[in-house]
Amino acid sequence: MAEPKVGVLALQGDVDEHLRALERAGAAPYAVKTPAEFERADALVVPGGESTTVMKLLERFGLDAPIVERVRGGMPLWGTCMGMIVAARDVADLDQPTLDLIDITVRRNAFGRQNQSAEVPLPIPALGASAFPAIFIRAPWIERCGPAVELLAKRDGRGVMVRERNVLATSFHPELTADQRVHRFFLAMVERFKAERFKGKNFTAA
Amino acid sequence: MESTGTITVKRGLAQMLKGGVIMDVVTPEHAAIAQEAGAVAVMALERIPADIRAAGGVARMSAIELIRSIMDAVTIPVMAKVRIGHFAEAAVLQELGVDYIDESEVLTPADDKYHVDKHSFTTPFVCGARDLGEALRRIAEGAAMIRSKGEAGSGNIVEAVRHMRAIGDAIRELGVAPKEELVGRARELGAPYELVAQVAKDARLPVVLFCAGGVATPADAALMMHLGAEGIFVGSGIFKSKDPKRFARAIVDATTHYSDPKVVLEACRSLGGSEAMAGLDVRRLSEGELLAPRGN
Repeated sequence: MAEPKVGVLALQGDVDEHLRALERAGAAPYAVKTPAEFERADALVVPGGESTTVMKLLERFGLDAPIVERVRGGMPLWGTCMGMIVAARDVADLDQPTLDLIDITVRRNAFGRQNQSAEVPLPIPALGASAFPAIFIRAPWIERCGPAVELLAKRDGRGVMVRERNVLATSFHPELTADQRVHRFFLAMVERFKAERFKGKNFTAA
Repeated sequence: MESTGTITVKRGLAQMLKGGVIMDVVTPEHAAIAQEAGAVAVMALERIPADIRAAGGVARMSAIELIRSIMDAVTIPVMAKVRIGHFAEAAVLQELGVDYIDESEVLTPADDKYHVDKHSFTTPFVCGARDLGEALRRIAEGAAMIRSKGEAGSGNIVEAVRHMRAIGDAIRELGVAPKEELVGRARELGAPYELVAQVAKDARLPVVLFCAGGVATPADAALMMHLGAEGIFVGSGIFKSKDPKRFARAIVDATTHYSDPKVVLEACRSLGGSEAMAGLDVRRLSEGELLAPRGN
């Protein structure tokens, strides 16, 4: 199967870091700024950045509706930090719009302002025995998970990595480290999605 | 177990701001307008550079009450300025909990020889530079982000263009320089050899590079992004314009889609007839009026 075309939302944030990390992990990543660029993606990564800024730009440039439609239809999406906030159902104590793609409530800057930003060795059982070098920057945590949400990692008792079907979300930034495990974990989700879609097509054709 | 204040998390916050616009604000109301327009961060200060320029006298760190009220007004990161070399002002801002400290030539320097040792702080610093040597000296001192100096409060983009081109040209020259020249280049640049060798290898600065100093229109922002800026600081350009809300949003849109002339056109058109801030011819400023030569 051809390497998956993974779009990285490039309205604002650490886009290049994700592009490089995805390439190292074996994908064919490219930057997505417009609905036309989004159309040819097999999957989407929403990088780190400022969630208030990016939500406004998604609406202004008409990307919010197509992303919601395709991700609800099964397209894999991974949000890191800002991306997790954008994908969440809602934001605790803030009237901030989101795309509502995963049934979680997040709290923004929950671990503190920049002085509390930290590098943390994080146990993630799904990725193996060794801790993941997680980088938290003004990071959100997950305050509430819906019943279908798998909690994949916790820091100080708070959820920081979750998955619900085709949507993955992390409070931290795997794209800032050399450890490829989370990127590979997401690419495995993308491969499964492509395989299922392929089967689905055959079925309708027959 | 958990490490705060590491180089990675300090540089990391600047990486999260890439592609965005950081706006100077002097009140919580300004800060809310900036956030609503799509700013990725605000710079909290008492007076915008154009007014500092007009007022003369000594410009210092802003009143803590003001910075605090701006921190309470927005959810995006808040930056604030200290005078060059004034590590005690910086310690106060770190204690207050601002997200980034700008050791800035826009304020009156406290030390005419040395900058702050920025490695000894948990809070990250951004510093101005006119060329690659200056940028690398600041990074050696611990700066986690660099911005061009430009000429703040002038509404004139020419100095920012000069500085961004100087930095970009010097990086490209290092990229093709044979290895045996790098020690000599480091001496010419007045910068540590290790940083010079790293820039030669990566063909970029080891930290994020923004443009600052003179951005007044959406097209100015697009120009600077084309010249290699990874984001834009706008000081006087927004709140000295006739319609700050529209200017703020138009500059954000033009920065995001700088390579798409249709979007930049639409951003310019959205300003209607409202005027940009008045500009200064920097060639007519006397040496004492120029801000960029402060600190080297």
